[in-house]
Amino acid sequence: MRAFSYERASTIEAAAKAAASTDGAKFIAGGTNLLDLMKLEIETPTHLIDVNRLGVDRIEPTPEGGLRIGALVRNTDLAADERIRRDYAVLARALLAGASGQLRNRATTAGNLLQRTRCPYFYDTSQPCNKRQPGSGCSALSGFSRQLAVVGVSDACIANHPSDMAVAMRALDAIVETVRSDGTTRSVPIADLHRLPGDTPHIEHVLERGELITAVVLPKPLSGKHIYRKVRDRASYAFALVSIAAVVLPDGTGRVAVGGIAPKPWRDEAAERELPNGARAVTAKLLANARPTEQNAFKMALVERTLSAVLAEARG
Amino acid sequence: MRFDTPAMTNPIDQGKVVGQRIHRIDGPLKTTGRAVYAYEWHDSNGRYVYGYIVGSAIAKGRIRSMDVSAARNAPGVLAVVTSDGIGDLKKGKYNTAKLFGGTEIQHYHQAIAVVVAETFEEARAAAALVKVDYAEEKGAFDLEAAKDTAVKPEEGEPDSAAGDFDAAFETAAVKFDQTYTTPDQSHAMMEPHASIAAWNGDELTVWTSSQMIDWWRTDLATTLGIDKEKVHIMSPFIGGGFGCKLFLRADAVLAALAAREAKRPVKVALPRPFLMNNTTHRPATIQRIRIGAERDGRITAIAHESWSGDLPGGGPEVAVQQTRLLYAGANRMTATRLATLDLPEGNAMRAPGEAPGMMALEIAIDEMAERLGRDPVDFRIINDTQVDPEKPERPFSHRNLVGCLRTGAERFGWQDRSKQPGGRREGNWLVGMGVASAFRNNLLVPSGARVRLDREGIVTVETDMTDIGTGSYTIIAQTAAEMLGVPVDKVAVSLGDSRFPVSSGSGGQFGGNCSTAGVYAACVKLREAVAQKLGFNSPDELTFSGGEVRAGDRRMPLAQAASDEALVAEDRIEFGDLDKTHQQSTFGAHFVEVGVDVATGETRIRRMLAVCGAGRILNPITARSQVIGAMTMGVGGALSEELVVDTERGFFVNHDLAAYEVPVHADIPHQEVIFLDESDPMSSPMKAKGIAELGLCGVAAAVANAIYNATGVRVRKYPITLDKLINGLPEVS
Ligand SMILES: Cc1cc2nc3c(=O)[nH]c(=O)nc-3n(C[C@H](O)[C@H](O)[C@H](O)COP(=O)(O)OP(=O)(O)OC[C@H]3O[C@@H](n4cnc5c(N)ncnc54)[C@H](O)[C@@H]3O)c2cc1C
Ligand code: SF4
Repeated sequence: MRAFSYERASTIEAAAKAAASTDGAKFIAGGTNLLDLMKLEIETPTHLIDVNRLGVDRIEPTPEGGLRIGALVRNTDLAADERIRRDYAVLARALLAGASGQLRNRATTAGNLLQRTRCPYFYDTSQPCNKRQPGSGCSALSGFSRQLAVVGVSDACIANHPSDMAVAMRALDAIVETVRSDGTTRSVPIADLHRLPGDTPHIEHVLERGELITAVVLPKPLSGKHIYRKVRDRASYAFALVSIAAVVLPDGTGRVAVGGIAPKPWRDEAAERELPNGARAVTAKLLANARPTEQNAFKMALVERTLSAVLAEARG
Repeated sequence: MRFDTPAMTNPIDQGKVVGQRIHRIDGPLKTTGRAVYAYEWHDSNGRYVYGYIVGSAIAKGRIRSMDVSAARNAPGVLAVVTSDGIGDLKKGKYNTAKLFGGTEIQHYHQAIAVVVAETFEEARAAAALVKVDYAEEKGAFDLEAAKDTAVKPEEGEPDSAAGDFDAAFETAAVKFDQTYTTPDQSHAMMEPHASIAAWNGDELTVWTSSQMIDWWRTDLATTLGIDKEKVHIMSPFIGGGFGCKLFLRADAVLAALAAREAKRPVKVALPRPFLMNNTTHRPATIQRIRIGAERDGRITAIAHESWSGDLPGGGPEVAVQQTRLLYAGANRMTATRLATLDLPEGNAMRAPGEAPGMMALEIAIDEMAERLGRDPVDFRIINDTQVDPEKPERPFSHRNLVGCLRTGAERFGWQDRSKQPGGRREGNWLVGMGVASAFRNNLLVPSGARVRLDREGIVTVETDMTDIGTGSYTIIAQTAAEMLGVPVDKVAVSLGDSRFPVSSGSGGQFGGNCSTAGVYAACVKLREAVAQKLGFNSPDELTFSGGEVRAGDRRMPLAQAASDEALVAEDRIEFGDLDKTHQQSTFGAHFVEVGVDVATGETRIRRMLAVCGAGRILNPITARSQVIGAMTMGVGGALSEELVVDTERGFFVNHDLAAYEVPVHADIPHQEVIFLDESDPMSSPMKAKGIAELGLCGVAAAVANAIYNATGVRVRKYPITLDKLINGLPEVS
């Protein structure tokens, strides 16, 4: 870990400003991802701005009938919130499928969205990795890629986004609220938050330097069956090979977002319209442009099979 | 004491303490955090500083040069010791790859420098500043590709044969020929390798985490080029080892060299990724098994060949050894072949040989049973043997495999198993049951101990035996208590110190039986000393019980023997040829029920049962804990554990515990263990045998067989992950 300076911000504006004015500054929330990466010198911020005391840690109703989740709400608290459990069960289930109790106690809503890939080469600083060191090459393409993405990938990077929470939020069409260093605010639909790797896999989201996530807004609750199904090699404490967040109505229509297969939560509204036609029809559209490796090609069948189990559960 | 005739009735047979359910005597220390592990050692006089390892970033080649100037100038840095700077060091007897020294790189993450600083964080930050110029060379990293270049190893028994396998197989009524693979596996114990080294003049003390104190002491002295007598090793508590701490490792060497350079006591722990690529692992295997049988189910021919790889000078994974002994059959052969690979050093991991060997053999037996149309439990029973099948004149000392299988089948409800694979469905789950035999040889290793009786009647045992979480403290206390007729709380046990008599150490499941036998021997001597001191004629007619010594009407308090000075006795158990005249092995049966998700192919264990026939069980609590731990490890081996080789870059890619997935609690529901009531007078005066590795052997195959029974999909490539299953599962769309 490189030496860094540290400050605890007390207002949102101050935090955003400090981040923009200091080269190499980063926000730290729960630290469950950032600190690990700093220890390995994958992240080397020179300055940390602790956002834990900003007071954005409440869940409040919005005038539109939704909920505004403060950026600092812990994953544990979010999953346990009565309104979330009742009206956004897919989100509560996704949260509880992630990490472990201890980690969820620390992990925050904003930090979870911006957590970085678990590609093993990204984690090994002796190996080439375009995401960690632009231009050095992608070890995973010819190496171990079983966990990685099959769709949305590029020749530069096939990393996947590891979050469970974000997949449910994508199905719910959540909106990410931010404050920029000049004090202006904006709302970014979660669909637009993460970027596909293209030639610049090191740039993972659309936020500007110093832009602080303040909240995630959930629109009005969706009726229908809320299901989160995470497929993994062990029963707990493992990242998803494939995960599915679905909200399905009795007529078979609904929403579906898929995790584990892409650099961002993967949802395709055109594919979704095929829901009444069953899992095969949805998957064919959803993965139409997939480029799996030999090692992760199984995810193609796995998405379809998991989705069909989810749809069966929704019907049942 | 030389043990060369079968044990007669002796004080251990009383079973007042030995064999009882006694909780770990070191438990309170551990649960209250007072058990001091290597890295936590703290002496208020020692101003410890921290060493951080630098590992090679290439798998094979040479260091052209190293630039440590930035590291040296970094804040807090006291010293930087580099392998090219220190020149060639000697290699310990038990190490294959060098732990440190020289410019040659033999494997990824091989230690090439250690940076010492005032704080851990400073040392780690400075270590990242070391710049290395490598001359990289091509290496061999792919066992499959190197298989055909494998040779017959020079040591051991690479080939075995009896009868005429080829002819018998050729003419067998029913034939079977399949190939299986097992991956490289990591020990993945909780406590990483960690050492503190402190020099006092030319004397070195190392607090470390070692299973074998004397091996470490000897090899550390060799590596440093100093006299063994000058080295003091301390390892009283160990957070698991599974074989990864049998042999001297880099942490101890680096700490010693760093402490010498920095002139301060130095702490070095290996960060988690170094566990996979810096230390040892269980090597991957390719195994071919052929079985020929009569239609009635009797095996007439059996062959097992295994290929594995290691660095030059290393050894093979002897995955065929159980096949020489487990089932009958007049015509047999085994062969072990070794390829050269430039991966990190392969070496012993819990039940080396049998663990991967049973993973393959016990699937093969299941497949053959099916081919013969026989129940897999019956097929195993039909082919039981009470003699070494290669040398029928050589009986097993005690063998009740059949009892294990029968008891298990009954207790597990084996008759409810669907005869038809894929025949049982509960909701989204395909449910199946599997069985496998368990088998592991019983090894006998000399072991010494010293016992002391003081005037309070406290018995103190000292031996360099280690407790790697197994319960050594407790069973040793039980042994001394039984022998001297005192309660366990009157026995103090000190372990893991090179100043104590050399023991068997912990490995090869021999530690429990052998170290307690060593304590037994010392206690026999102490009984003699007590008898003499108290004026009894012959110790043989004495009873030691209730803190008293009795003969006829005469009784005296034990403590009285030490009223003027403590009585001390030391002895060592040594074994004759009872393991040559008799085959000594341990037996068991594993039963597993799994559910496989019909859509996703995720396998979840539903319940497990192990039945073990392994001699006297010294303590049912600690023995059970060993077996359920082993069953858990077996589940990992079956379902998820694989060190993934990057065959281009030459290293294990998934080198942390997030990516090398061992089972978590949620993976392990109901586990039950039954011990058959037996004792084996050929094994030692304790009549006990090993249990800790037996519990692992066969588990993965039982899981594999259960998955087959559940789904009808036969996977011969471990681990059995869902990607290997889903194409064979029913349509769900
Ligand atoms: C062993 C392990 C297993 C795990 N398993 C899972 C799993 O199964 N599923 C899963 O979904 N996750 C899993 N995780 C990841 C975990 O969910 C994330 O580490 C966590 O959500 C990150 O939140 P944090 O608050 O700790 O983020 P931090 O580590 O504090 O920050 C992460 C990133 O977000 C940025 N950031 C934080 N707050 C803000 C803000 N307000 N505005 C702008 N940027 C911000 C930081 O600068 C940093 O780049 C696992 C983690 C571990 C260590
Ligand atoms: S997939 Fe992406 S993160 Fe992984 S090695 Fe390639 S570039 Fe790096």
